[in-house]
Amino acid sequence: MAATDRRAFFRVLAAGGCAAALGPASPAAAREPRQAPPRALGMLYDTTLCIGCKACVVACREANGTRPDDRLDPRWDMPLDLNGRTKNVIKLYQEGGRRSYVKAQCMHCVDPACASACMLHSLSKDPETGVVSYDPRYCVGCRYCQVACPFNVPKFEFEKAVPKIVKCELCRHRVQAGVEPAEVGGFSRYPAGQGPACCEVCPRGAVIYGTREELLAEAKRRIAATPGKYYQDRVYGEHEAGGTQVLYLSHVPFDRIGLPDLAPEGVPKVAYTVQEGIYKGFIAPVALYGVLAAVMLRNRRAGAPPTEEESR
Amino acid sequence: MTSHAHSFAHAPVGGPLMTRPMRILLAFVALGAAAMVWRFAAGLGAVSNLSDGYPWGIWIAFDVVVGTALGCGGYAVALLVYVLNRGHYHPLVRPAVLTSLLGYGLAVLAVAIDLGRPWELWKVPVFFWRWSGSPQLEVALCVAAYVLVLLVEFTPAILEKIAVGAPAGRRARAERWLARLDRSLPFVLALGLLLPTMHQSSLGTMMLLAGPRLDPLWFTPWLPFLFLVSALVMGYGIVVLEATFSASAFGRRRETPMLARLSKVAAGVALFWVLFRLGDVALSGKLGLILSGLGALFLLELALHGGAAAILATAARRAQAVWQLRAGLLMILGGTLYRIDTYLVAFRPGEHWRYTPALPELAITLGIVALEVAIYLWAVKRLPILAGAPAGRQEA
Amino acid sequence: MMPSALDWVARGAPLDRDLDRRDFLRICSLAAAAVGLPASAGRAFAEAVAAGKRPSVIWLSFQECTGCTESLLRTTKPALDELILDLISLDYHEALMAPSGHLAEAARKKAMEANRGSFVLVTEGATPMKDGGIYCKIGGQTAVDLLREAADMAGAIVAIGSCASFGGIPAADPNPTGATGTPMVLEGKTVVTIPGCPANPYNFLGTVLQYATFGTLPELDELGRPKWAYGRTIHEHCPRRAHFDAGRFAEQYGDEGHRLGYCLYKLGCKGPATHANCSVLHFGEMVDAWPIGLGHPCFGCTEQRLAFRVPLHDTVDIERPMPPDTYPPIHAEQGGVSPLATGVIGAVAGAVAGAAWMAAKKVDTPTGS
Repeated sequence: MAATDRRAFFRVLAAGGCAAALGPASPAAAREPRQAPPRALGMLYDTTLCIGCKACVVACREANGTRPDDRLDPRWDMPLDLNGRTKNVIKLYQEGGRRSYVKAQCMHCVDPACASACMLHSLSKDPETGVVSYDPRYCVGCRYCQVACPFNVPKFEFEKAVPKIVKCELCRHRVQAGVEPAEVGGFSRYPAGQGPACCEVCPRGAVIYGTREELLAEAKRRIAATPGKYYQDRVYGEHEAGGTQVLYLSHVPFDRIGLPDLAPEGVPKVAYTVQEGIYKGFIAPVALYGVLAAVMLRNRRAGAPPTEEESR
Repeated sequence: MTSHAHSFAHAPVGGPLMTRPMRILLAFVALGAAAMVWRFAAGLGAVSNLSDGYPWGIWIAFDVVVGTALGCGGYAVALLVYVLNRGHYHPLVRPAVLTSLLGYGLAVLAVAIDLGRPWELWKVPVFFWRWSGSPQLEVALCVAAYVLVLLVEFTPAILEKIAVGAPAGRRARAERWLARLDRSLPFVLALGLLLPTMHQSSLGTMMLLAGPRLDPLWFTPWLPFLFLVSALVMGYGIVVLEATFSASAFGRRRETPMLARLSKVAAGVALFWVLFRLGDVALSGKLGLILSGLGALFLLELALHGGAAAILATAARRAQAVWQLRAGLLMILGGTLYRIDTYLVAFRPGEHWRYTPALPELAITLGIVALEVAIYLWAVKRLPILAGAPAGRQEA
Repeated sequence: MMPSALDWVARGAPLDRDLDRRDFLRICSLAAAAVGLPASAGRAFAEAVAAGKRPSVIWLSFQECTGCTESLLRTTKPALDELILDLISLDYHEALMAPSGHLAEAARKKAMEANRGSFVLVTEGATPMKDGGIYCKIGGQTAVDLLREAADMAGAIVAIGSCASFGGIPAADPNPTGATGTPMVLEGKTVVTIPGCPANPYNFLGTVLQYATFGTLPELDELGRPKWAYGRTIHEHCPRRAHFDAGRFAEQYGDEGHRLGYCLYKLGCKGPATHANCSVLHFGEMVDAWPIGLGHPCFGCTEQRLAFRVPLHDTVDIERPMPPDTYPPIHAEQGGVSPLATGVIGAVAGAVAGAAWMAAKKVDTPTGS
């Protein structure tokens, strides 16, 4: 009895378990790396140019109609970080003699984990501009996007009874219908007042916008012009987490200013390889169902034990 | 599931409902309900310590992820009885289905409390053209479907309740329905086995999306498989606990010999889980991490599962109710720890983020657990859940 | 230095004829410039005056301290003498006119009749309403009667100072005379309020000059204040704003921060909620001649809900908060921790697990089948 029990059990474990979990082992299911759309909009932020004036913080508030965050101190708009009221913030890194400002907002990943987590594409990546945007109509408020984002960007209005997710959407609401970016000085730009407010207001061009390609070229031009000025002579966001549309140049190590050291593949890759491996074409679940139903029917036809009186 | 016209195999326990334990439970339920009203009036931030760093707290990690695993008793037993054709476990089925229904139903309640915008939830099954490949979508749909399946599996208890002592006409109708249900049972049961297989593994897949923010000791592509096996371990644990509890609380016939056989299976699964988890960590070269950070928790998980398997290693201990219970307890603790670790402790949004639950948050969780126990007590006293005739009257 | 109009008066020169046209234009332009009107307004005004159209002004004083008149006396661009002798026809003002008694009252009535519908009525001070208004009488007539009579005949009504605008000090608790502001007495009529304690004279001059030149009143806010003067808060143009943004505050009078000119917010400065232009247009052309310039917090005299109502050293909410000159760190400590709840969880979980382990012992060895 015992031996058959165990054998039978592991048989099922093998059948069901393999169907459910062998996905990751199968290389055929590996997920293709995502590419940024050709006209992907992005931003380039340069720590060496930023003077920490926070004009972008104020401009972001005005453009997005967010309430000043005066929870820490009623006298000031003083967000500690990106939060339910703040889509853009300037932080300060200070260590020994080194210091640097850094602007934080959504990175607009090429392969966004938040959008992969979202059940009804409430967070989705625009196929043209690549902007990761939010539509509250399909948001159930599960906050899985917050768990998934490696940059800890999507924020939730915990203080509201009717909350939403809050994150930078690259001021997509300012672009008038039908307006396309046109090239101005080597960058794709919208007419004044329709581009990202933080970029338009920046007095030093520390943050600029354009297509990802243009910005990447500009970043590399700056690195080439002044070798050694920037950390590792490298653009953050070119490869990190499968690439981001917001790029950073920094004179201090990236991980010091809150930009984590991430592998060059998209965060959703492993999860989706597994998930798609298991559920590809919904074949495995249907097959498993068929097997289970067949086994039970056979058991019943065979008139095998499962009657309560007999089992007593 | 054959039913003879006048003697159903299961019978209500009977007895008074408003006993002192019941009153205490209802007090906790009331406390939780008050916290819940506050949560919907003032928002999540008012009652919980949930934050942008820890968007998920005990409601998800305990009520949902652990709660549904505790509700896997029905899954684990049904697998034995119907697929492996071990009919002698049959008396365990109906109480296990009841605990599953309660575990899952209240996990859904916890989700509704935790969701920021629960009024949009109806769109998830309806707007199917917007479905993404999110593992959470899979969990949501499967859990919802599984609750329905559990309801169907539980319907015989209700129909029997209607049939007993009813006028001839109504009894005939109920028995006709029982027969129909009996015929379609294999298809429903197959669904009842498929759905937990899918969503319990997807609960593991979900945390894969946390990627670099999940501690490497827990991050493995085998997360879905580990979650599936862990659900079985916890399912067996809860069946042992529940069977022994109802036997001693309601003076029912003991199922100890049957549980002894079940314990052997459970011990095997627990041991398998330990070996697989350890092997996976070792093969991916992460063994060194055991000595640092959260390694202690990892070892504790292994120890609890391994301890359960060790207790049940000898036939002598397997035959004793006290060791069955203690092993079951260790399995549940081990599985609970593994799940809470994966969803909460090993999730590292950064050292600057802090989370421990707030008191009202805890009140809601305790209220849900209390509600679960209260409904269970009511159900076994009023519905035909437990098998056989009472051995003697006792109060619970 | 240009001879003032009073010099001519002293020399006995006939004013209207001998005032040099260029000098006169200069006065008009200065007046216009001082209150933010374009230079063309100065010329237009000069021409209006040359045509003999100096606006008649009737100035009624009720429950007041004459502080608003005093501060008006101390402006030099234009000086009050130029104002009242050259630019306007001040037909009644108890503190400045030569006549008194019945003669003065008769002159007022005559001027009001002569300029019915076109004269400017200026009120200074609150109007007592309690007990039929008997707490302020002039020539046997109550203030409220005088006010209503004049208002019915006036072309424009200007309330100067906080008392005339909102009731001010006389209306402060417990307000024994039932004092109130001119707009409250003349409900339904447009009353330009020039609040301030005292009112900034340029805000008054600008309004009167605009009315005299163009026959129009400036755009007003919901409290009747000209927007050009009261559209922004003191805080937005405060010379100490940098200290506020950097978090440098005077904590008490005479402390180091106070001596160094730090922000006075913590001493009760009402600047963040007070709409006025004191911070950019100081009094009497004296540098720093305004409260904050002298090291005292703004006390909100131009706000109906602040001055004489909110205690002097209470702080106010900030309208439109802006970022400070401080920065969050890269990783700010965040998130809630409840040690009590954690303890409860630990206790409950431990108790349940321990009790269950021990309780297992009570379960007897197998019975059953």
